[in-house]
Amino acid sequence: MPQATDGFDTTNSGSAKHPFELTMKLHEYQAKQVFADAGIPTPPSTLADNVDDAVAAAEEIGYPVAIKAQVQVGGRGKAGGIKLVDDADEAREAADAILGMDLKGIHVDRVLVEGAVDFVNELYVGVTMDRGEGKPVAMVSTRGGVNIEEVAEEDPDAIVREHVDPSFGMHPYQARRAVYEAGVERDVANDVASVLQTLYTLWDDRDGADAEINPLMVTSDREVIAADAVMNIDEDALFRQPELAEMEEDAAGGDDLEAKADEYGFDYVRLDGNVGIIGNGAGLVMTTLDLVDHYGGKPANFLDIGGGAKAERVTNALDMVFSDENVDSVVFNIFGGITRGDEVARGINEALEGFDEIPKPVVVRLAGTNWEEGMEILNEDLVTVEKTLEDAVQRAVANADEVDQ
Amino acid sequence: MSVLVDDDTRVVVQGITGGEGKFHAGQMIEYGTNVVAGAVPGKGGQEVHGVPVYDTVDQAAREEDADASVVFVPPAFAADAIFEALDSPVDLAVAITEGIPTQDMARVNKRLSEVDTRLIGPNCPGIITPGEAKLGILPGNIFESGNVGLVSRSGTLTYQVVSNLTERGIGQTTAIGIGGDPIIGTDFVDALRLFEDDSDTDAIVMCGEIGGEDEEEAAAFIDDYVDTPVAGFIAGRTAPPGKRMGHAGAIVSGSGTGTAQSKIDALNDAGVPVGDTPEEVADHIESFL
Repeated sequence: MPQATDGFDTTNSGSAKHPFELTMKLHEYQAKQVFADAGIPTPPSTLADNVDDAVAAAEEIGYPVAIKAQVQVGGRGKAGGIKLVDDADEAREAADAILGMDLKGIHVDRVLVEGAVDFVNELYVGVTMDRGEGKPVAMVSTRGGVNIEEVAEEDPDAIVREHVDPSFGMHPYQARRAVYEAGVERDVANDVASVLQTLYTLWDDRDGADAEINPLMVTSDREVIAADAVMNIDEDALFRQPELAEMEEDAAGGDDLEAKADEYGFDYVRLDGNVGIIGNGAGLVMTTLDLVDHYGGKPANFLDIGGGAKAERVTNALDMVFSDENVDSVVFNIFGGITRGDEVARGINEALEGFDEIPKPVVVRLAGTNWEEGMEILNEDLVTVEKTLEDAVQRAVANADEVDQ
Repeated sequence: MSVLVDDDTRVVVQGITGGEGKFHAGQMIEYGTNVVAGAVPGKGGQEVHGVPVYDTVDQAAREEDADASVVFVPPAFAADAIFEALDSPVDLAVAITEGIPTQDMARVNKRLSEVDTRLIGPNCPGIITPGEAKLGILPGNIFESGNVGLVSRSGTLTYQVVSNLTERGIGQTTAIGIGGDPIIGTDFVDALRLFEDDSDTDAIVMCGEIGGEDEEEAAAFIDDYVDTPVAGFIAGRTAPPGKRMGHAGAIVSGSGTGTAQSKIDALNDAGVPVGDTPEEVADHIESFL
C-alpha cells in the first residue's frame, strides 16, 4: 500500500507562498485540533514529549503510525523529522531519534504520533487572501502531496482558484464548482467540497491568513482525511481570537538577538554585515540598509524603533545593536513625524553616558520634528553628528572599515 | 493647485477625543487645515480644539458640510469607522490607523467597489497639499508648495524624499501616503492618474518598496497613460528573501516577483529612472523641471 511519506513533507509551507501578512503559525497538532473541532476528518493522533508516551500512543492508535516532529520548518520529512513505523520497537527507535534532534536549527521537544493513512489519492485544498485582488481565494488541486508552490509555478492551471466575496462568504456552489473544475473524482466530490466549505468558514471565523490541507487524502474505502494541516493567523486580529492567541507560538529558530528584539518589541532582522542600523519606519530603515550597501558597506541588521519612540526605546535599540558582536559601527537615522528629535537625543545620551568607553562608534542623523532641539541635546563627545542621510551612512561605513583593518 | 485636498476641504476627524486623534487634529488645525468637526460615538456635544464633536460622521457631515474624513480610530474599531465614512456624505476618507485585520480590509475593499467615496490608507501618514491642508500625521514644516506630485507606500521615507526636494527649492503640489498594508484604498495607479490629470503637477515621484506587485502595475500604467515625467525610488534592495521588515508590505518572497529588482526593471522599462539614493531621485526630478 502506498504510504504517506511524500505528503508529510509539506509542513507549513503556507508562509513561503503568501508572505505578505504578518502571521502567527499554529503547529500542526494545533491546526489539526482546530480542523477536527470544526468537523474536518483527521487521522487519530496524540502529542508526546517523551519516548515512552510516544510508544504508548502508537500502541493505542495501532500500526502503522507516523512519528512527526512538531517544529515549523519546511521539509521535515526529508530532514528526518518524520518516520513511519510498523511496531513498538520501530516506534521507540524513531521517537528516540526525533525527540531532541535539531531540525534546521530548531530543537524538537514534541512529536505527533498519528495513524498512517492508507491512501489512493492526494489532493490539495487551501484558502488565503489574494492580495492583488483584495479578496479571499479558495483553491483546489488534484496534485496534492507535493510541493504545491512548484505546481503553482510549473502548471498553474492544475490549481483551481475560486474568489470569494468576503462580505457574503463562500456559496456552496462555489465549493462544488472548484472541486468539479479541479477534476476531483465524482464519488468523493461532495465530501471534498464540504471540507473546502468548512475550511473557508474556519479561515473566515478565525482570521486566518492561510488555511491549507496538503495532502487531503482519499483512502481506498473512499474517505477523505486531512493528513496535514496548516493554519496561520493574522497577527493584527489576535485581539479577537483569544483562544488562538493563547496557543503557544513557535520559538521559530530566532537567535538570541532576535529573541531580545521580541522582548523590546522591535521589528528586527539580523543580517551578516558589520554596520548596525537603527531608524524609524520600515521604508526609511530599508533605505538606510540600501544606502549602506550602496556606499560599499554591509548592513548588520534591520531595526525599526517605530513611531513616537521615547528615550527608553532608543536606549534599548542601542543596547540591541551593541550586543551584536559583528557590529563595528552604528548609524542612527531618525526622520521624525510623530517621533521627536529631542526624545531620541536624550535616549542616545542616556545610553552612551553609561559607558566608560563607547563600544562602537555611533553616527547620528536627526531630521523632522524637533530635530534642532535634538541636535543641541546630543553630546557630541559621544557621537558623530551628520546633517544628511547620505553623509551619515558614508561616515558609518568609513568607521566600520577603520575598525575592520 | 493640488489633487484631492486644498484649503476648501472641510474635514471631520473620526476619533478626535482619543490621544492620537486629539494631538493630530491640533497639528492639522495649526497647519491651516479646515477641520470643521469631530465624530466620536457617545461624545456628541463636546468640543475639541474649539471644534464641535458629533456622535456620527453623518451628523458631522450634514451639520458642518464636511467633505473629507480622517480616521484615528484604534484597529479593532477602525474598519467600522471606515465603513461609516464610506456610507456618509464625505467624498474622501483617510485612514491613518495601523494594524487593521486584513479580513476587515477585504470587506472594506468590497464596499469601496460599491460607493464613490475614495479611501486613502490604512496604515499611512495621510495626504498633504503644502500650505493648504494636511489630513494625517505628516510633519508639515518639511513640505513646500510647488509643482511635484509625490506618492509613497512608506511614511518616513516620504519625509526623507520630500526634504531632499524641498532643500533644493523644489516644492510639491500634493503628497499622498498610500500605506504599507496588503489591502489599501487608493493605490499607485489611482494616485498617478490624479497627478497626470492635474495641470499643475509637472513631475511625479513614486516611492515603492519590496513586496506585492503594485509597482509593476504602476509601471505598466505609466507606460500606457502617463506623460508627466516620473522618477522612482524602491526601498529594500538589500532585504534578504523571506525576511519580514516591519511593514506588512515590506517582505519579499524571493520567487522573482515583488523583488526590488523586478520593480526597478519594470519602472526602467516604462522610462522611469529609479534613484539609488533619495538624493538621486531629487536629481532626476530637477532634470525634469
